Amino acid sequence: MTTIIRPKKTVSFKDFAEIWQYRELLFFFAWRDLKVRYKQTAIGVSWALFQPFFTMVVFSVFFGGLAKMPSDGIPYPIFVFVGLLVWQFFSTALTDASNSLIANQNIVTKVYFPRLILPISTILVKFIDFFIASIILVGLMIYYHYAPNLLGLLILPLLLLISFFAALGGGLILAAVNVKYRDVRYALPFFIQILMFLTPVIYPPSIAGKYSWILAINPMTGVIKAARSALLGGSPINWELLGISGVVCFIFLFIGFVYFKKTERYFADII
Amino acid sequence: MRDVLTNVFRNPFRFLRQKVKAAAGLAKNEDFWALKDVSFSVEKGEVIGIIGHNGAGKSTLLKILSQITPPTTGEININGRVGSLLEVGTGFHPELTGRENIFLNGAILGMERDQIVKKFDEIVAFSGVEKFLDTPVKYYSSGMYVRLAFSVAAHMEPDVLIIDEVLAVGDSEFQEKCLGKMDEITRKEGRTILFVSHNLGAIKQLCSRCVVLREGKIGFIGKTEDALSFYTVEELDQKTEWVGQEGDESAILKKAWVKSLDEHGEFNTTSDVEIGMEIQVLEPMNDFVAGIILFSEFGNELARVNYDDNQLPPTPVVNPGNLKIKFVIPKNSLAQGRYRVQFEIGILRCKVIVGINSSASLIFSLRNVNGLGSRSTTNDNLRYHSSLFRPNWSK
Repeated sequence: MTTIIRPKKTVSFKDFAEIWQYRELLFFFAWRDLKVRYKQTAIGVSWALFQPFFTMVVFSVFFGGLAKMPSDGIPYPIFVFVGLLVWQFFSTALTDASNSLIANQNIVTKVYFPRLILPISTILVKFIDFFIASIILVGLMIYYHYAPNLLGLLILPLLLLISFFAALGGGLILAAVNVKYRDVRYALPFFIQILMFLTPVIYPPSIAGKYSWILAINPMTGVIKAARSALLGGSPINWELLGISGVVCFIFLFIGFVYFKKTERYFADII
Repeated sequence: MRDVLTNVFRNPFRFLRQKVKAAAGLAKNEDFWALKDVSFSVEKGEVIGIIGHNGAGKSTLLKILSQITPPTTGEININGRVGSLLEVGTGFHPELTGRENIFLNGAILGMERDQIVKKFDEIVAFSGVEKFLDTPVKYYSSGMYVRLAFSVAAHMEPDVLIIDEVLAVGDSEFQEKCLGKMDEITRKEGRTILFVSHNLGAIKQLCSRCVVLREGKIGFIGKTEDALSFYTVEELDQKTEWVGQEGDESAILKKAWVKSLDEHGEFNTTSDVEIGMEIQVLEPMNDFVAGIILFSEFGNELARVNYDDNQLPPTPVVNPGNLKIKFVIPKNSLAQGRYRVQFEIGILRCKVIVGINSSASLIFSLRNVNGLGSRSTTNDNLRYHSSLFRPNWSK
């Protein structure tokens, strides 16, 4: 095996091969994040249930109960929880991916590995949270005697994949910027909060009337809408909208990937 | 193994500095190359030391070799798997147990899972923390932490190992163990090592060849002995005279010197070396002390001598006036090397007039010209000894 060290090219196919080569480390990072996550907490992993559950309760009381938000004829708690489930996956993945490089600063400056695996590994952990929180959805459906569309589950992997790539694309850009400008850390929570209201998490996209296409630019709109259609029935899946989400998400991913690779060479020096 | 570096490397901070300058409107196109035209090759199984002063480019070289920072131009070819150890315990997580950290750290250092599993018992035995394996490392003492961290690192098996100043950790017993392990890695397993250290003793013990970096370029490359003498003798400026005004209302140090009494004034091990100082005494004093401290290049205190030891009462009174005092280190006393002389004056048990941190400090280097002035060095029991006394034997 020969290693040749040269000035770095921006993007090459070798990067993907390298991620595969370092897959073990990728999983070790994910494993570490999982292990460390709820260390020294009293209720441990239950936090993965409490947070989404109480968010759902609060939203149901205020938006569903008091504000009488329309929910396409679905019990509001179920309606909002499907949205929340996908949204929380996306938003926490985006946040953690953006902070992944600076959180592992000491490793980045001392050891070589493809930097891409850091944001990827943090997002992998979010899948676990997603599945834990899904238990609540099952509970809600039993409580409301709401029969889910089991066939719709088949599309779930696709939806998660789109969310994953969307979070990764955004995460790569923000992580790279974060290395240089720590402003990201402060701006991001605020940005995510605003983004949530621009995504049909607590309301159906139909509420925006003829401007609902603007929402479609946000890849999560298509994903959440499709998730509701698939799991809860009601309306058929809007493939066109989902297609737009998919395309936008891949554009994000591409830009994120190129920008990340372009700035990668300075990471260890300026982080 | 053969690496070829034909390199011009960019300073990592250049980027940042230019940003700041640009923001301040001072942007000048000023390139700084942390490394330039550095080219050398290393054979398989060789242990090569890299020495140089702070800022000479050692760390940049290691970062480039470990692929942490890419070079601006140039190429490096390395045959085999590279492992780099710029720090022990990289990626250790305080919340994880010792056992978990072994796996995590091993993976970060590039070991495969199976390899870690296979080596696990060895790593644990070497570290000596068996009892606390399932305790989070945040409860470890710093010594235990470092021992565990080094143990993992010592058991990775790359073909080429790149090591920064990491042996300066732990207690001396463990340091010896580390040096022994390094020795074993190279001697028995035939691995190639690039080793950066300020500890010239360790360099001398481990490395057969050395690269001396100077301002981003190769100052010298060759056998360790020669490299070390290049580094210690040639590279450092001698400072043989000090003139100034240091002191207080009691006395002022005006001048200090180190002088070779050789015909040509060269500093050799065969030269008598005179050390002296000139003091302006301003008031009569009892228990006046004036003296020097002699340091080795490693910063060890070798001698501390005063003009008057003030042992016999009544101690003499020093009267105002000019006091010029000196003594001679006879030839064939000190071995080759670099020495520092710190001048001090004061009043015994009363006050320091010119102290150990004053600028009254001189440096001289002795060269070994007749072959009899070398340092006696031994490698017994893995502890490195270096004697700086080299008297003139006779029958």
